[in-house]
Amino acid sequence: MRVTSGRNSKSGLAAALVLAATLLPGQPASAAPETVLRVIPHADLKNVDPIWTTAYITRNHGYLVYDTLFAMDENFQPRPQMVENWTVSEDRLTWTFVLRDGLKWHDGNPVTAADCVASLERWGKRDGMGQKLMAVKESLTARDDRTIELKLKRPYGLVLESIGKISSNVPFMMPERLARTDPFEQVPEIIGSGPFRFSRDEWVPGSKVVYTRNEDYVPRSEPPSFAAGGKLARVDRVEWLYFPDQTTAMNALINGEVDYFENPSSDLATILKTSPGIVVEINDPLGSTGIARFNHLLPPFDNAAVRRAAMRAMKQEDYLQAAIGIPDNYSICYSVYPCGTPLENDSGSDIVSGADIEDARKMLAESGYDGTPVLLMQPTDIPVLSAFSLVTAEKLREIGMNVDLQAMDWSTLTSRRAVRDPVSEGGWNIFHTWWIGAGALDPMANVYSGDPEKGWFGWANDPHLESLRTAFAFAGDIEEKKTLAAQVQDRLYTIGSHGNLGTFFSPVAYRDNVKGVIKSPVQFFWNISVER
Amino acid sequence: MYAFIIRRVLATIPVMGVVALFVFLMLHLGPGDPASVIAGDYATESDVARIRARLGLDDPIHIQFLKWIWSLLRADLGISIFSNLPVSTLIVQRIEPTLFLTLTTLGFAVIVAVPLGTVAAWKAGGWLDRGIMIFSVAGFSIPVFVLGYMMIYGFSLGLGWLPVQGYRSPFEAFWPAIHHIVLPSVTLSMIYIALIARITRASVLEVLEEDYIRTARAKGQSETKVLIRHALRNAAVPIVTVIGLGIALLIGGVVITESVFNIPGLGRLVVDAILKRDYPIIQGLILMFSFVYILINLGIDIAYTVLDPRIRY
Repeated sequence: MRVTSGRNSKSGLAAALVLAATLLPGQPASAAPETVLRVIPHADLKNVDPIWTTAYITRNHGYLVYDTLFAMDENFQPRPQMVENWTVSEDRLTWTFVLRDGLKWHDGNPVTAADCVASLERWGKRDGMGQKLMAVKESLTARDDRTIELKLKRPYGLVLESIGKISSNVPFMMPERLARTDPFEQVPEIIGSGPFRFSRDEWVPGSKVVYTRNEDYVPRSEPPSFAAGGKLARVDRVEWLYFPDQTTAMNALINGEVDYFENPSSDLATILKTSPGIVVEINDPLGSTGIARFNHLLPPFDNAAVRRAAMRAMKQEDYLQAAIGIPDNYSICYSVYPCGTPLENDSGSDIVSGADIEDARKMLAESGYDGTPVLLMQPTDIPVLSAFSLVTAEKLREIGMNVDLQAMDWSTLTSRRAVRDPVSEGGWNIFHTWWIGAGALDPMANVYSGDPEKGWFGWANDPHLESLRTAFAFAGDIEEKKTLAAQVQDRLYTIGSHGNLGTFFSPVAYRDNVKGVIKSPVQFFWNISVER
Repeated sequence: MYAFIIRRVLATIPVMGVVALFVFLMLHLGPGDPASVIAGDYATESDVARIRARLGLDDPIHIQFLKWIWSLLRADLGISIFSNLPVSTLIVQRIEPTLFLTLTTLGFAVIVAVPLGTVAAWKAGGWLDRGIMIFSVAGFSIPVFVLGYMMIYGFSLGLGWLPVQGYRSPFEAFWPAIHHIVLPSVTLSMIYIALIARITRASVLEVLEEDYIRTARAKGQSETKVLIRHALRNAAVPIVTVIGLGIALLIGGVVITESVFNIPGLGRLVVDAILKRDYPIIQGLILMFSFVYILINLGIDIAYTVLDPRIRY
């Protein structure tokens, strides 16, 4: 067995002590006024179990309350977080993880390997990457209080990437008694080991969520880097104050009634930029990718040639200009993986980079399209997606398609998109959404599936695509992964999986007395201080 | 009278039953699926199906209805699908801000509108009457959210006198609570001031033509006494009716006001629940609103007998 991490318990303990020593002067004195970070989150926290739901707001809540075994850093590498050191056997079948010493749950009990095993098992029943990892698992056991052992049936290339994934569902660790909850039911208590505690008594769904500093938390010594590194709670309380009205949120920030506005719309961000004492910036380096998703089961998009003709009409600039408007807040990106990430490539992307209406019209004429109406679902309560829908409707009409644009709210759309029946029986042909970059970093994302049974809505059916994705999962080194990722992308464009509408970025705005904001595709609240 | 009240209270039972059935069918037969919202954008169909099964949403609709009714009979409004908290807890958390906003709005509206309407009737046709009626038309015409933003711009961002948003409980800190509720109440009350002032003016104007007013004046009573004791009291029935209707309208108006001023009240709770298809919350709140509406109507009917002894039930 070889040790792949040089860290050992002594050095970890030393680092923790050094860190504690450096932190102590910074801790507020007992008489000092409580420091509060007042945040307007991007959405209301409606549920608090980050394994039960994939909602990003619940994921962000999870990062405050829970900790992870591994976490992704800014180089997109999984780094140990709760884990002190780890080893993998020569045959890559046995993985051993040793927990850091002194980790405690918010109820005061020590974190044990058995807790982590139960947490991983629960996550593995809900998350797509977790399910794949569990499918190659021979056993997952707690060898002692601090040692987790994962044995595999065959070498798997995404062990650390899976348990260190940055976005939903994040494999958060929780006490075994809670992790034994059915993964399709919510946990009854929110007990984590993260840098903040969830204050359940102060939670008013639809209005306010409060987190208080976890005095027992022992952060790592490394500087923060995405989800990895030291998670220093620099304020006593983090208060999420949900504002249903963006204009009121903007006014509250200008008036100093809140400190941090997570997701102002582009037009309001422009106003905030001119307001004194307000910082507006893009914190998410990956952004989100706009998607036009075809239903591969129903005519006319059961024909790859029709799908490709539609894709040929989808010029990214037109979509981004209509939906986002401000050039600083969007970028052209033809890779299906976020631009700037290790797997970015241009394989097969000519179909979107050379988007042209005339060309698309010709392609449609050659495809055998017979005038079948296209039912396009337009979620009018989500401005970006509503704009995407209108642009697509116009473009498809321009190339000669018969479009039936149907307005609805997002909730109706999400239920209708699950219907596989013909349009006359409640089915659909095309809808739009976006995928955050952090959730679509590699071919394993469910949205890239070519499996019509287990895959994502739209149900692409392509065994070759699936074989490439499977090969990626078992690939050993990064070069092999890059080659396979490029082949997956080429295949996605060849079969016309979905329209790629470009990348857009959501700004954040905060008062200039807020310091230490971490740039990351996920909003974190550690390391942030407020100077009063 | 007591027999009337008992009859009316008993009559609420079938009304509530019809409301319950209607609300349930409307929600469950309409489009939308909370399981899809919970599962999120990356979920597979099987994930959604399992969540739906766990929530009992794949039961036949009549079974779901019977389960809900059985819960209601045990005074249990159910559990929120999303937050996993009892609906009753969520309502209790939100009822105080809505009640405080409603009461302060109504109080302010009545205090301002009734004198305005009475004075307008008294000076009918004069500049004061026209001024009050112009104000009244403006109050009707300006949407609540526009007025709200104008108020915020002027009094919060401009003058810095009042906060932009938020709610403080009057039971915890009275003056900060007043400080926070002034803008939302004034904003929301404008339409009710306009409504009540116009009705008051019309009613008082009609009464001022009556013989007994002429008699009162002939007896040498002061104009103030004539207006308040004789005219306003006899004009009270339509005014009370419109105030009662105003309470019902307020239930709709608070939704926008609570959003603009970020007040965590029932209006926002119901809108959020509708967008997410959180059925137990929607059903519970609509039932509650219906019950309140019935009670208000009952209260108005009883008030008629106090204000006009000729009315008997």
